[in-house]
Amino acid sequence: MTPRVLESYSTLSLYSAIAVFTVAMVAFATGLAWRVRTASASATATDAAVAPRQDRPARSAADGIAYSLTWLAAAILAAAVLLRALAVMRVPWGNMFEFTTTGSLAVVLTFLVANLRWDLRWSGVFVVGPVLLALGMAVTVYYTAASQLLPSLRSYWLVIHVSVAILSVALFSLGAVMSLLFVLKSRSTRRSTGSRILAALPDTTTLEGTAYALHIVAFPLWTFTLVAGAIWAEQAWGAYWQWDPKEVWTFVIWVVYAAYLHARATSGWSREASALLALAGYVSILVNYMVVNVYFVGMHSYSGM
Amino acid sequence: MTELKQRQVGTITQPRLGPTGWARWAWRQLTSMRAALLLLLCLAVAAVPGSIWPQRNIDAARVADYLQRHPLAGPWMDRIGLFDVYASPWFAAIYILLLVSLIGCIGPRTMHYARAYRAAPPRPPRHLDRLEAHRRVQVPGTPQEVVHRTRTILGRRHYRTHAYDEHSISAESGHLGEAGNLLFHASLALIVIAVAAGHLFGWRGDAIVPEGQALTNTLSSYGTFSPGPWVDTERLAPFTVRVDSMRATFEEQASGAQFGAPRVFTATVTASDGPGDPTRRTKLEVNKPLSLPGAKAFLLGNGYAPVVTVRDGAGKVVYRDATPFLPQDNNYRSTGAIKVSGLPKDRQLGFTGLFLPTATIEARIGPTSLFPALKNPALVLTAYEGELYPGGRPQNVYTLATDAMTQLRQPSGDPVRIWLTPGSTVQLPGGRGSITLESVSRFAGLSVRHDPAKPFALIGAIGAMLGLTFSFTTRRRRVFVRVMPVVGGAETTPMTIVDFGALAKGGDPRLRAAVDRLISDLFGTERERS
Ligand code: HEM
Repeated sequence: MTPRVLESYSTLSLYSAIAVFTVAMVAFATGLAWRVRTASASATATDAAVAPRQDRPARSAADGIAYSLTWLAAAILAAAVLLRALAVMRVPWGNMFEFTTTGSLAVVLTFLVANLRWDLRWSGVFVVGPVLLALGMAVTVYYTAASQLLPSLRSYWLVIHVSVAILSVALFSLGAVMSLLFVLKSRSTRRSTGSRILAALPDTTTLEGTAYALHIVAFPLWTFTLVAGAIWAEQAWGAYWQWDPKEVWTFVIWVVYAAYLHARATSGWSREASALLALAGYVSILVNYMVVNVYFVGMHSYSGM
Repeated sequence: MTELKQRQVGTITQPRLGPTGWARWAWRQLTSMRAALLLLLCLAVAAVPGSIWPQRNIDAARVADYLQRHPLAGPWMDRIGLFDVYASPWFAAIYILLLVSLIGCIGPRTMHYARAYRAAPPRPPRHLDRLEAHRRVQVPGTPQEVVHRTRTILGRRHYRTHAYDEHSISAESGHLGEAGNLLFHASLALIVIAVAAGHLFGWRGDAIVPEGQALTNTLSSYGTFSPGPWVDTERLAPFTVRVDSMRATFEEQASGAQFGAPRVFTATVTASDGPGDPTRRTKLEVNKPLSLPGAKAFLLGNGYAPVVTVRDGAGKVVYRDATPFLPQDNNYRSTGAIKVSGLPKDRQLGFTGLFLPTATIEARIGPTSLFPALKNPALVLTAYEGELYPGGRPQNVYTLATDAMTQLRQPSGDPVRIWLTPGSTVQLPGGRGSITLESVSRFAGLSVRHDPAKPFALIGAIGAMLGLTFSFTTRRRRVFVRVMPVVGGAETTPMTIVDFGALAKGGDPRLRAAVDRLISDLFGTERERS
């Protein structure tokens, strides 16, 4: 098959994956609605003081279907990424379009793998939703035709540095989802005007603990990204650090997350305030990706846009 | 602390601190975790402006351009250092405070760690059921047997144990995590120090070297040379790098933004460590620097160097050289100057203009290049006559200073415009001679750098990653066990009630599961024995 044919199959797979993800999200939303119903039903029953305590709302069939569909969609998306890689005969992360599709795949796979260990299916809507948004951006805003790399990107450090960066961002994304839900839930609990959806989610301690667990895996990976980037910069440009805009933001993200870890360990800071720092870290990731990559002039300005 | 309290007792109004008291107070604040947090946030915010506004250390030309376009706000922004963020006093203040805080915090923590490492885990609290995780089970065996067994199990799970009496155990795990945390912070300090040392002792030189020419490692042969404040520029290693050939290819297949994007840059060079030393021929590529004694050479740029011959009116060659023209855009529209200085002082010739690898003339912008490779090369020049270097002032090699020169004109009064393709010659008016474009060769943009502290930065980075890994994969937990005999039971075998209480540093969602595992181990050994 010629590169052009491979590329068109890749695009076709991408659109199919988007379609399946959409169905999966609807199924997840149905499952969530189910939880909201059972949660509020048991809440009313608790008023009667004799209700059996229900720690976990009954799992609905919708969750199971949604979960299987997400695996299917992930497989199709993986095929799209693989076909793209074959079309260009290199790693599939040479420009913004490829970062976005490969990154989305990493988020979904991380979510699915985490599910093998903990039951996180309740959070499916909040994961698949943003992934759909990212894929939508990829096909509309970021689309780039298959082509070769710039000389400065031709290095095995591209494979090491960027793959770890993508994995780390995937974990930070899931962590941000958990932190956001935690902040929303703990606010709504405090004001006792809780939305029913938030009430149906796991308790705040679990949300916060999950967020922390995800962040402490992501942070060392981001540290590695930073170090590997510096080593690569040393080989490509002769200086391991020269405060190029992309380097600045990688550093800012790292520092903000370090501040989050500090805040969490400092007794004077509430868990909620720390979670806000984690969210600030994620906002920095988004700025780095969507603003710095595209608008700021620096040595990294070869996103192919 | 006690000193402070005594003073508070003595005076009912505000506590009065002496200078040492204040100093101690400030030091405690600075080395607190809260200060570290605050400084980290300051550092993050302070780093951002440097990515928004152009920086002198990266692109001085863009800074000058910005200042020109913002005559009002620009100078003020410059005064507060917005164009030199990473060399500004406020940025330095933050990271120096952070470094001091870091070192001031590592010291005491290391001492504390060393002491805690030798000390036994603390005495069990009275109420184990008030701890984060608590379980009570009943197992067969006498209290002594159960204590012994539990201690063995804890030991197998890497807990350090101590018994203050015969019916309780104190256990602690995760000391390696604390060591990892200390290693992490110490490594960060090392990195900051290595970066500073690199600035003080490192240097960098950039040069543009046409094919066939050589770079020698002396101040004068670099276009720009930036030494750190503590560099002895008299004692640079005497190596040379000759550029034999420079190859560059560009994307011709893909359409859109990728069309014309560079694909391969390779310089073939011959290097020698010093006069009389053996030479070696290697390839220098974008991601493959060349190691030289005490320095590394990098291929950072490339472009075209048209080979031009200028003859005087008698046909004698007065200039023949490969003259680099600097690329201005992705299609290598390049600007440069040819300075014919080997002529009488007031009749020197200067040419300035464009080199276009794929020349075309566009209605609005005039001559420009459509593609970076040599598809339709042309050298487009205007000519000047007069004094090239008035007052002997040094000047930029790539631009012509025309203050003491006049533009050459045709007899009709129009300025002379020269359009040369390879092999062609244009006669200059008034019998001044001719200019010929012989051929087009390339140049390599080389950057040579020396940073003696680089290995330390790398050691710091590796230490930081190792430390983090240890810190995050180890759980810092304390487990307390208390046993009680079951009195008056109906069973013939003695039974013991075991209370488990556990707590963890920094919240540990799996603490309960860990206690459950200990308990199942406890029953497991029982099962193995029966
Ligand atoms: C360059 C500045 C600093 C950075 C980037 C930084 C980063 C971090 C990170 C990422 C962690 C979590 C990782 C771990 O637990 O090993 C951490 C933990 C910690 N840091 Fe820092 N730190 C800095 C400065 C300081 C300073 C000045 C102090 C002294 C007050 C400090 C005290 C601590 C302590 C006590 C912990 C342990 C928290 C825990 O138990 O989880 N750090 N730091």
